[in-house]
Amino acid sequence: MNKLKLFSTYFILSIATLVSLFPFLWMLISMTNKSVDVSNGRLLPGTHLIENLKSLFENYNVGSALYNSFFIAIVATILCLIVSSLAGYGFEIYRSKGKDIVFNILLLSLMIPFAALMVPLFRFFGGVSQTIPFLGINTLFAVILPYVTTAFFVFLFRQNTKMFTRELIEAGRIDGLSELGIFIHIYMPSMKNTFAAAGIISFMNNWNNFLWPLVILQSPDVQTIPLLISNLGSGYSPDFGIIYTAIVIGTIPTALVFFFLQKYFVEGMSGSVKG
Amino acid sequence: MNLRVSKSLIGWIFILLATILISLFYFYPMLQAFILSFKSGMGASLQFVGLDNYIRLFNDPVALIAIRNTFIYLIFQVPLMIIIAMFFSVLLNSPNLKFKGFFRTAIFLPSVISLVAYSVIFKYLFSTDGLVNEFLLSISIISEPIEWLMDPFWAKVVIIIAITWRWTGYNMIFYLAGLQNVDHSVYEAARIDGANVVQQFFYITIPMLKPIILFTAITSTIGTLQLFDEPMNITMGGPGNETLTISQYIYNLSFEYTPDFGYAAAVSFIIVVLTVIFSIIQFKLGGERD
Repeated sequence: MNKLKLFSTYFILSIATLVSLFPFLWMLISMTNKSVDVSNGRLLPGTHLIENLKSLFENYNVGSALYNSFFIAIVATILCLIVSSLAGYGFEIYRSKGKDIVFNILLLSLMIPFAALMVPLFRFFGGVSQTIPFLGINTLFAVILPYVTTAFFVFLFRQNTKMFTRELIEAGRIDGLSELGIFIHIYMPSMKNTFAAAGIISFMNNWNNFLWPLVILQSPDVQTIPLLISNLGSGYSPDFGIIYTAIVIGTIPTALVFFFLQKYFVEGMSGSVKG
Repeated sequence: MNLRVSKSLIGWIFILLATILISLFYFYPMLQAFILSFKSGMGASLQFVGLDNYIRLFNDPVALIAIRNTFIYLIFQVPLMIIIAMFFSVLLNSPNLKFKGFFRTAIFLPSVISLVAYSVIFKYLFSTDGLVNEFLLSISIISEPIEWLMDPFWAKVVIIIAITWRWTGYNMIFYLAGLQNVDHSVYEAARIDGANVVQQFFYITIPMLKPIILFTAITSTIGTLQLFDEPMNITMGGPGNETLTISQYIYNLSFEYTPDFGYAAAVSFIIVVLTVIFSIIQFKLGGERD
């Protein structure tokens, strides 16, 4: 009876694994095949990979989309870590009634769905375009700015700051460090895990973001990887080999982040469930 | 005294940047959207029209279809996914199981891929001459190909299957973390008392995981209310408007059709109101367990 139970457990988990992994295998196989072979459902790797890559870089400007996506994800993540960690630290370490009220108000922003913000934001950046062109519509900074910090990240840093040993701050003050010096030289090094977790979440979100770039990047010359994949996929005569190659290229960075930083990833997730 | 004042001031400086950014990119546009929802007009020439947009909303068949579709996704997808995720987490928690790490990583892996990328893959897998039909035909479950994306019913099914594929592993991780806090001796005691596997699941596992189930149910609900990437890339909202979601309709009103920002803002308040209701439930229930 027990053996049967164990066997069916393995059986069900194997099916689940197969279903979970199949789309990944399919995209990896299809990136090496010609469009015709892909649409015939060929399940073996082919020899068309180099041609697909070449065509993607020459005809579809994937290079510029990759550059834009990396620029957006990296700059947004760095800014997010700085702004959110400063705020999380400030709210917890310099706690006061006034700041707690501000914190609770900021948390209300978690309830605001992006669908309600996109039109006003689009009009806002349209206005900005008139005066500061490098921050307006069709610019990478317009993609980045609304995502620099969210209440979620401030909350994540504040929660984790609760575990930070306050005696270290006093020690820093006695050593003559400034308040910012304490933050940089004592707090930041001891909170590496939180920074890693927040950094991964921010990078993933920004790398994969679709709706806001779709709204604000109106010019076909400025694309991100998700926009490029979406455009390739909605064409009338899609070249499947090329599309799957683009999908694989777009998935590699987040997959690498996941495999190398898995531990922090799960930590960040469970950090968010504590709320 | 002087030192304390300056310290408090430094505290405010630490939180200043985040406070400004969140106000500028959340609260200010939210206020703008609210004002906008009482105006109407094409493009930039907007006039104050009072409640007209909200009246129009309740008489707009497309808006009502979008609301209906969003609720269909919610009612079927969220429970389905939670049940599957819990089932897998219980299986992965069985004491004698080998290759746990492998199974866990494999089932979690879909959470890594971008919404656009997996949507495009699913669109092709479920095309009429796609692999799913080919597979179902080859094992004789169906005798002729299903027109997945052309049929109002099957198109919704595809969207639900897709979201479930993408998010089950993600939610499973939360349940696994919760199950690790449950002492195995509790199950041992239940077994001695004669409880079978099903009883153990309903009387031990579910009550123990209740707070996590609520958390995942509400985050998934709020996520589904804002569903956009999948219908946009898998079905384009079609056939007709049969898979259109509220977010997608707002996008179409603003950027696909002749822009009517005022009406789009009014439609967006459906999502705002629903999100606020579910968030309050979450805060209330979350508060209870702390």
